[in-house]
Amino acid sequence: MKIHEYQGKEILKKFNVPVPQGGVAFTVDEAVKAAERIGGKVWVVKAQIHAGGRGKGGGVKLARSIEEVRQRASEILGMRLVTHQTGPEGRIVKRLLIEQGMNIAKELYVGITLDRATSQNVVMASTEGGVEIEKVAEESPEKILKEYVHPSIGFGQFQARKLCFGLGLTGDAFKNGAKFLQALYKAYEATDASLAEINPLVITQEGQVIALDAKMNFDDNALYRHPDIVEMRDIDEEEPLEVEASKSNLNYIKLDGNVGCMVNGAGLAMGTMDIIKLAGGMPANFLDVGGGASAETVEAGFRIILKDPHVKAVLINIFGGIVRCDRVANGVVQAAKNVHVNVPIVIRLAGTNADLAAEILKKSGMTFLVADSLKDAAEKVTKAIAA
Amino acid sequence: MSILVNKKTRLVVQGITGGEGTFHTKMMIEYGTNVVAGVTPSKGGQLYRGNEKDQLARAVPVFNTVRDAVVKEGADVSVIFVPAAFAADAIMESAEAGVKLVVTITEGIPANDMVKVYEYLKARGVRMIGPNCPGIITPGECKVGIMPGFIHKPGRVGLISRSGTLTYEAVWQLTERGIGQSTCIGIGGDPVIGTRFIDAVKLFNEDSGTDAIIMIGEIGGTAEEEAAEYIAKHVKKPVVGFIAGQTAPPGRRMGHAGAIISGGKGTAAEKMAAIREAGIHVVESPALLGETMAKALKKSGRSGKKTISVSSRKPPVKKKATKKSKPTKKKKSR
Repeated sequence: MKIHEYQGKEILKKFNVPVPQGGVAFTVDEAVKAAERIGGKVWVVKAQIHAGGRGKGGGVKLARSIEEVRQRASEILGMRLVTHQTGPEGRIVKRLLIEQGMNIAKELYVGITLDRATSQNVVMASTEGGVEIEKVAEESPEKILKEYVHPSIGFGQFQARKLCFGLGLTGDAFKNGAKFLQALYKAYEATDASLAEINPLVITQEGQVIALDAKMNFDDNALYRHPDIVEMRDIDEEEPLEVEASKSNLNYIKLDGNVGCMVNGAGLAMGTMDIIKLAGGMPANFLDVGGGASAETVEAGFRIILKDPHVKAVLINIFGGIVRCDRVANGVVQAAKNVHVNVPIVIRLAGTNADLAAEILKKSGMTFLVADSLKDAAEKVTKAIAA
Repeated sequence: MSILVNKKTRLVVQGITGGEGTFHTKMMIEYGTNVVAGVTPSKGGQLYRGNEKDQLARAVPVFNTVRDAVVKEGADVSVIFVPAAFAADAIMESAEAGVKLVVTITEGIPANDMVKVYEYLKARGVRMIGPNCPGIITPGECKVGIMPGFIHKPGRVGLISRSGTLTYEAVWQLTERGIGQSTCIGIGGDPVIGTRFIDAVKLFNEDSGTDAIIMIGEIGGTAEEEAAEYIAKHVKKPVVGFIAGQTAPPGRRMGHAGAIISGGKGTAAEKMAAIREAGIHVVESPALLGETMAKALKKSGRSGKKTISVSSRKPPVKKKATKKSKPTKKKKSR
């Protein structure tokens, strides 16, 4: 699960990770009030969307007077912010974060995530802050320092010191930096985060170490332990069709193609999408209907897939292992009747009672394109979209 | 021959009295798996015959602890059907009790829990398969998991996969062509898993009953690349590979927690290139797995069917030696 920057900073604050003074604003007036409360002479007005690259897209602006805060806030609130992570359609900005301006001496990078190769958490730090860390990783991987965290020992003070020495910190900045890293790791672990990324982490001219930005993602599997984090979910940041699908317990991801698909199991769903592409189409979605594939889930799946106007055909691929294909076939027929599907449907059911299923589909009086293998399904999809 | 589970396996089911546990215990017993015990804390002492929905073909003794199941019934493999919130604890209980292989079916275990479990098992030399996986099956001998038994056929192709239904698909394509399987393992799609591709590949490579290997990967991580490197250096048996998710967009989790392209890494194209370079027969479409394996077997002079003898490749003496030294090798490969 993703949250906004301001929410991430609220969490970090609780764990004594230094963050700039700031306040969230949903209106221009709230933005002005937040700036007044913070005080000082320089403020930063930051668009709050679940995507990176906001600064380049024009979603982060400096203001040197309260009047300017008002002006910047009214420009950014409601704008369609396009970044490299939002896609061309961008996102409408509905929330702002107003923060105090900082006397930045240095911009660094710190990130914590799970390293799959070692099955351990890793704390990464780099002097190359403020830029895309993926680029640093690719072009000069030696500039990313890493410390792996032993699961039962935790993140050692010596490891925090090692990273800070590596970053070239001295004096107050060194002391504050080591404390910062330890506090950040605590926040990461205690909240079951899957990512805690501070980019940039700034050293101020006064030697303070502060999280100028904060990106926190959380492990969906652990959310049951964190009701306070679940409350931070912002549905506006999610694709409406995906939100609807999740209500029916469907795992749906919208894509840009022309062939909808409905599959049981995530791996087979991805494999089916690949087949659609090889057949000359492009998948309109990822949809895992789960092991059961009952009439209800298939119907809900149809409704969601067909709300996408680009869908020219639908491919249903169910491997009936524990679930019987004849049951799935009955479900598909029922669902197709209820939903009034008006595009060609290619169906491939394999496994238990596949013969009975084929019979049911043929006798249904509907024009399903029944495929008897995955290969055959691909060919039928090609034909269906060419028609 | 096979790897990890066989006729001699003595299985304990953790969470046997739950709905999933009961249903799959029934299916495993019907397949012929030697289910010797069940564990449900505070329900020990009974002979479990199933619930209203699912009756077991024979009663299974239930114990309060895995330790009891190991001591009294000699259980050596455990399978976990315990809910996600309690699964990590159940896995560690098994490891502590002396079980040598833990198969974790449970989906949705927090990653932080698994990080700790991984360390705990490593320190004890206990192997885990999963979590969030269909399990492991040696066709005709032993099924530990939730895969449909009937699609399998005893034979000589080893199969490793991160996904469930896609594995069934591949197995089915083999079986339909008369090509049997030595052992099939679903290793699971989570970021932290017990047995990785490379571990399973090593076991299949050392198994004299396996002539060829199918490896089905997914986007995300670098486990396929790691295995490919090993295959290039050490594996002479033909390997057929597929990577699911060629059309997956970056930054989106495709069902499995581990199936995500992050920071431009872990794409299908990258993985396919890596495994192709290792000499693996890469298929672009999962529909071609069976057909490609059939060709690869033919080319290497093996049919994948039980009747073919492997004695020409390895002297029988050596075979026995491999068998005996297996337990120590298991530890090393962790």
